[in-house]
Amino acid sequence: MTSTESLIDRRQLAYIASQAADARLNVELETEGMTLNIGPQHPATHGTLRIIAHLDGEQVVWAEPSCGYMHRGYEKLTEVRTYPQVTSLVNRIDWLGSFANEVPFILAAEKLMGIEAPPRAQWIRTILFELSRIANVSLFLGDLGVQLGAVTPVFMAFRDREHVLNLIEGTTGGRFHPNFDRIGGLKDDLPAGFIDETRAVMKTLRNFCTEMEDLLFGNEIFQSRTRGIGVIPKDIAMQYGLSGANLRASGVDWDLRRDQSLPMAWDKVDWKVWTHPDGDSFARCWIRLQEVRESTLIVDQLLDNIPSGPVMAKVPRIIKVPEGEAWVSTENPLGEMGYYVVSKGDLGPFRTKIRSASFNNISIVPWILKGVYVPDIITILASLYFILGDIDR
Amino acid sequence: MNALLAADLPYWAQSLLRVLGGVVAVLLPAGTIVYLFLFKMMSFMQSRLGPMEAGPYGSMQLFAEVGKWLQKEDITPARADRVIFKIAPLVVLASTFLLVAVVPFGPDAWFTNFEAGVFYMLAVSSVSVLGILMAGWSSANKYSLLGGLRAAGQLIAYELPMVLAVIGVIIQAGTMNLQGIVLAQNGGEIFGWNGLGNPYILTQFTGFIIFMIAVQAELTQTPFDMPIAESELVSGYMTEYSGFRFLTFFIAEFATAGVFSLIASVLFLGGWGVPFAWFDWNSIDDVSDWMNVVGPLIMFTKMMGLAFVIMWVRFSYPRFREDQLQRFAWKVLIPVSLVNIMITAILKVAF
Amino acid sequence: MSSTDTPIAEIPGDTLRERIVDDLRTHIGADLVDSLVKPGDDVWVRVSTDAWRRAGVALRDMGFEYFCFLSAIDWMPSPFGKGEDDPTAPPPERDDTVRQGYAGGATRMQVLARLVHPTLHVGVNIKCDVPDAEPVVESWVSVFAGANWHEREAHEMFGIGFAGHPDLRNMYLPTEFEGHPLRKDFPLLARMVKPWPGIVDVEPMPGGSADEEGDAE
Repeated sequence: MTSTESLIDRRQLAYIASQAADARLNVELETEGMTLNIGPQHPATHGTLRIIAHLDGEQVVWAEPSCGYMHRGYEKLTEVRTYPQVTSLVNRIDWLGSFANEVPFILAAEKLMGIEAPPRAQWIRTILFELSRIANVSLFLGDLGVQLGAVTPVFMAFRDREHVLNLIEGTTGGRFHPNFDRIGGLKDDLPAGFIDETRAVMKTLRNFCTEMEDLLFGNEIFQSRTRGIGVIPKDIAMQYGLSGANLRASGVDWDLRRDQSLPMAWDKVDWKVWTHPDGDSFARCWIRLQEVRESTLIVDQLLDNIPSGPVMAKVPRIIKVPEGEAWVSTENPLGEMGYYVVSKGDLGPFRTKIRSASFNNISIVPWILKGVYVPDIITILASLYFILGDIDR
Repeated sequence: MNALLAADLPYWAQSLLRVLGGVVAVLLPAGTIVYLFLFKMMSFMQSRLGPMEAGPYGSMQLFAEVGKWLQKEDITPARADRVIFKIAPLVVLASTFLLVAVVPFGPDAWFTNFEAGVFYMLAVSSVSVLGILMAGWSSANKYSLLGGLRAAGQLIAYELPMVLAVIGVIIQAGTMNLQGIVLAQNGGEIFGWNGLGNPYILTQFTGFIIFMIAVQAELTQTPFDMPIAESELVSGYMTEYSGFRFLTFFIAEFATAGVFSLIASVLFLGGWGVPFAWFDWNSIDDVSDWMNVVGPLIMFTKMMGLAFVIMWVRFSYPRFREDQLQRFAWKVLIPVSLVNIMITAILKVAF
Repeated sequence: MSSTDTPIAEIPGDTLRERIVDDLRTHIGADLVDSLVKPGDDVWVRVSTDAWRRAGVALRDMGFEYFCFLSAIDWMPSPFGKGEDDPTAPPPERDDTVRQGYAGGATRMQVLARLVHPTLHVGVNIKCDVPDAEPVVESWVSVFAGANWHEREAHEMFGIGFAGHPDLRNMYLPTEFEGHPLRKDFPLLARMVKPWPGIVDVEPMPGGSADEEGDAE
């Protein structure tokens, strides 16, 4: 029996035992359950997710997320916009790592058109992609502390994320919504001084990761709150379509940056995909921490040899995409973000299915919250790491 | 103070002075802790500046905050039990005032010289649980109820290690009078050397650690802040409070932190006293009158030191889960403190 | 393709993806109606409506254990175009022939899902026709637990029923909401009531000079 299985067993046994005990008690005292509404306005749901939890004491009997408080109908809106206009929409799906949302859509459109961005544009795309991952996940690491009651890490995260946002702003002009990616390349080249500054920032971020490791991950209370909590076994994770760090924390060696051939620069540098066998909350958080560090290393290597040349391929002024269907997904900060674009040879997509990572990641919540305690709801939700815009699109 | 005042002041004036003294003894530590630690130290720990605009270095920020809270509407939820809802914060604050009544600040500067001071202190410190439970129950809010019940479970669990930790001190001092404990420490000696007196933090170090952990839990500060738990129970039993009543809870939280620090400094750090050997004092009657002025300052310094530790832990740690906390209390703290009592008793008899 | 992993794209003619189609055919036989393999890119299969669940089980048994997404496509061209018509003028003539995409089809709506092989890193896009008269297909919830929410979403957005789904409640919209927003005949009301200022997109492209003419219509 692997360690993961024994953890699951232990949790389930504890749950069954507690249920039996409660059943005995209920006969005598006639206690009744309590339905607790977590959200839509609640600090742990960072956004407007609502979780209806039926509690027995502090133990969850069943929990059901209810989303849609922020649904913006992007799939419908893409059908009435042109391809270049869609990027400003998809920017707002995962608003902490906006640039990463644009890339798969642009790649899908390029795939349908049969063009490819020039090498320099591919490298800059990859750099900005990783920067947005760093900005996104470093905030997660800080927020994790807040969810667990430690207030200090979040300020450190905000402090260091600011440097990354400055870099993104310096290049794209937008801190949160760059809207910088174009079909066939990028809007602009890198600004002067970007490379040196980025190197310095990457160093800061690596220090930040070490700081987090010491401050949070090495803390006994943090470990006792997260280890063995919210264990997702491998097969369940696959069935629910979990992706990103949540999947890798369950021991699945899966990273779309490595496992796919995309016109991006990830395969030009040397990096490592982190996995963790435990599948618990701690593993998910730990994987993310390692990934921030790995991303800084990727950026550092990419900076070493950015190819020269144009940042924009020759594309027609008015972009018409030939008829066809294309699926492109990338490994976004939150997990697999993909676009299934159906074109009818028009100015805009005929249908776009936006496969966002958090939607799948959160769909496991009813399964995973069975039998946990109220405080663990918060750690599990925090470690699954969702962004509301990414669930509701 | 009392001995001095008793001679030439009418009763009403004495009472007034005591009330004023009590208000100062509760509010001054609370205000200082909030400004120095909650505003400034927390900000520096989190690489930010904290309040800077109101007064020099934001020192008037506290008054601005109080003004803000006083202006806010005092909202009572529609389905709340109105009377209990309204008196709950006052009950919590009252326990703080009751606590400070037995703390000695100088050879004559005390509110009441109570023979069973320790016993009384441990008893009234639990009154705040009552207030919290009232607040949690009467708010007609599930989060508040969960918070209130958690607080009750937690405070009862941590009352016990606190009592047991103090028993070591009582055995060593041979008295339950807090003033007596101060005298026993400052007049004591360590193996014949009396340059430091005998502060019980040296001999009762285990007891001190357990007491401080229990205080942390009693104050519901992180890592034991499950009753409040901003990120899960929003604010626990305080969720429905606003305006003045929230302010009362807020003051009570930090004033109690101050008062518990005072009590801890009395029990373990020698309280208001300086080692009597420095001035060749032998008993309480020898102690000079100027100690009535210096004593409170010494107490205040020690209190700030202990409050710093409490706040430092608060800002550094994540929080436990309720069952982990109970397990920690019953399986670690209580056995250790029982062993501590046993060893203390044996050594007391041996020496 | 990364140099560190199995170089799928380098297989000439992509026998791997063709083998997937053949494998699936041995599992579900003639219920595999149509397929399309784009070498080095992706594979599309279309199964008959009755075999939808069976195809899911077959693919899962073939190792496609990773459930990526499930959705639907309404192939009817929108009667409202891009919602940029002049409301005062009579509605323009529009081609309303239903043309399906890859792997063909016969009905207006199709269910679309994607499954991925976790070690080969190959995905399969699987489609099936949704009968026009009674838009119901079998549910995948018992095959892939993660299909639950996706089917709820497809039900809400397209009005497709999923037989065997435990709980087809709305995810986003209020329960009493009428209509299925992602169907093409559901108008985008925001565009109907107010003309959109972004119709003309005139950002100069950095690659070309300002006066360059694109292949305008």
